[in-house]
Amino acid sequence: MATLGSTNNLAGGPPDAAAGAGGASADAKEGDSRRNFNYPLVKICDMVDELRLEAVDMVVTAVEKHPGNYEAAAKNIKEAMDKRCGSSWHVIVGEGFGFQMTYEQKNLLFMYFGALGIIVWKAS
Amino acid sequence: MKSTRRTKIVDTLAGRSLSTSSMKSVGADPEVNTGGGEDWLPSKTLLKPPGQCILNEKELNEEFTRILNANNPKAPHNVARFNHKEHIFKASPNVDHLVVHFEFDGYLVFKEDAINAEDGESSVAPAVETEEKKKPLLRNQFNFSERAAQTFNNPTRERSSNTEPPPTRVLEDEVTQFSIYDAYCEDALQKEKAAKEKPRAGKGQKDEEKPGILPSEAHNEDVYNKNAEFGKSIIIIERMANQNTYDDISQDYKFWEDASDELGDRKSGTLLPLWKFVCEKTKRKQVTAVCWNPKSPDLFAVAYGSYDFSKQGPGMIACFTLKNPSYPEYLYITDSGVLCLDFHPQHPSMMAVGLYDGSVMIYNLQKKSEGPIFKSTTSKGKHTDPVWQVCWQKDDLDDNANFFSVSSDGRVSQWTLIKNELIHTDVIRLSIEALNNPASVIPIKHDEERLFDLAEGCCFDFHKKIDHLFVVGTEEGKIHKCSKAYNNQYLLSFEGHSMGVYTVKYNPFLCDVFLSASADWTVKLWDHNSSKPLMSFDLSCPVGDVAWAPYSSSVFAACTADGKLNDVGSCL
Repeated sequence: MATLGSTNNLAGGPPDAAAGAGGASADAKEGDSRRNFNYPLVKICDMVDELRLEAVDMVVTAVEKHPGNYEAAAKNIKEAMDKRCGSSWHVIVGEGFGFQMTYEQKNLLFMYFGALGIIVWKAS
Repeated sequence: MKSTRRTKIVDTLAGRSLSTSSMKSVGADPEVNTGGGEDWLPSKTLLKPPGQCILNEKELNEEFTRILNANNPKAPHNVARFNHKEHIFKASPNVDHLVVHFEFDGYLVFKEDAINAEDGESSVAPAVETEEKKKPLLRNQFNFSERAAQTFNNPTRERSSNTEPPPTRVLEDEVTQFSIYDAYCEDALQKEKAAKEKPRAGKGQKDEEKPGILPSEAHNEDVYNKNAEFGKSIIIIERMANQNTYDDISQDYKFWEDASDELGDRKSGTLLPLWKFVCEKTKRKQVTAVCWNPKSPDLFAVAYGSYDFSKQGPGMIACFTLKNPSYPEYLYITDSGVLCLDFHPQHPSMMAVGLYDGSVMIYNLQKKSEGPIFKSTTSKGKHTDPVWQVCWQKDDLDDNANFFSVSSDGRVSQWTLIKNELIHTDVIRLSIEALNNPASVIPIKHDEERLFDLAEGCCFDFHKKIDHLFVVGTEEGKIHKCSKAYNNQYLLSFEGHSMGVYTVKYNPFLCDVFLSASADWTVKLWDHNSSKPLMSFDLSCPVGDVAWAPYSSSVFAACTADGKLNDVGSCL
């Protein structure tokens, strides 16, 4: 549940601040596309389909429920997952961080949602 | 006190209670005893109390008489106590005369009190208190022994097992805004690509998706219908299970000996019901006809319908096999009640069916279809009244299968199966007018008028040897002998029954003789060349059906409306 602060919030920041390179037209275009970058994007996941859909749903609800409060969101996700399929779940919500962890197979979800990276995994 | 014994020497003395002898010894001077033989003993010294008066010999010998009584001389005699009742002092007559001269605490103790004595030799009182509190158990103190048993303690053994830990993996990554951005961009690109490709490969993709998910309905319908071999094995297994279940019935079928047969009373016997064929779907329907399959000896068809005019509903045809009494092999549902059916003697899968609504149908058991392969329609000469009997005939000259039907509308029709059509020919119209004048040709009238003139046919049977000959029983009680060759003309009429004729049956051995069963309680035996019956059997109940024995020309069975089966061995 480490959250490392980031100075650059892609979703919220103006296009110029985010991307220096490119012309004005490119900037506008990128801004448009960035506005659409607020859907859950699963990067790595080895869960069962059913569980994955549920987990993604949980993450989205939790993050939307606690905007800006990553700790609360992470806690919310962890508790939901614990309830759903047993204990020893771990959740990281943050804008920028590095990690190395050991997870039980079939129990990992690494996804982006907006400007956030979210990792949910199980390790007992 | 319990624990201690006190030895008391109690004397009640009057004055100085001293015996004279003791007085003497006490009074003797202290002297050294030097008696012979007792020298080695330590010398006795007599101690005199101080102040003892010294008496001479004479005084010593003087006798004093003392009387001992129970009064204490030292006790006060004049004790006065205040009497609260009378408020005066009163002299108390009761004076304590008890004097204790010697007291000695014994050293013997009870064994069980040893502990008490140990821990408190000096202080007896506290020990006594605890004794009273404890209230000892009442035990036999002489041969009591404490008993206890101890079971073996099983030797313990340690055992442990280790499960495989869930497989784990290590993941290492970084989350930065750049990586998030890149991931989203890549995703957007891929989506664009997919959107471009979709219109092109849209169809192909759909086809690919389909086989992945099995449609649940088709799965339910199943393998059973699609895979013939699997269906076959399932049927075999079902029959095996039934064979196990109904084993006793098979045993009965082969080896049953009816005890009542030996009694010699041939007037009545008992029948043992063997298999019972029940199908949930045919509930509340009447069995109207049963027909054995000519080729498969274990297969038979049952027609379900209703004889009640007011309660007509859909009918049913069920083909049961003795090998599986639990469920019919084939089950067909018809629009109207089924009244009769017949298997084709050469093509055992062909089944002709007559319905209450007047239609006749052909079912082919080989085709697993729901409906009949042929059905008579109104435009093609469908009967207008219930069809009471159908009967297959030999294939005609063109090798077309054909069958006959008789109906209450007074027609006997021949139906021929030609390719995919059912062609009908009216063989005869059972005219009432013709009854009076059997030889006369029936004048051809319009159909509507004719309807009222026609007699209702109930049953018919074909001559076993002469193909074109047959007899028809009617509702009026007449039986007519007809020929396929002569349309609308009776060869002979048999009069004798007063009510409807339900069955006519030619004898399989004696070809010219036939039986008829009627509602007028009689079964009549006829020679088809004479108009009078040969014999008449009164069964005192409407006779529903009659059948010749397959093994004898002179035995037949008849079933009556009261539920009895009569086995008549007639003496022809």
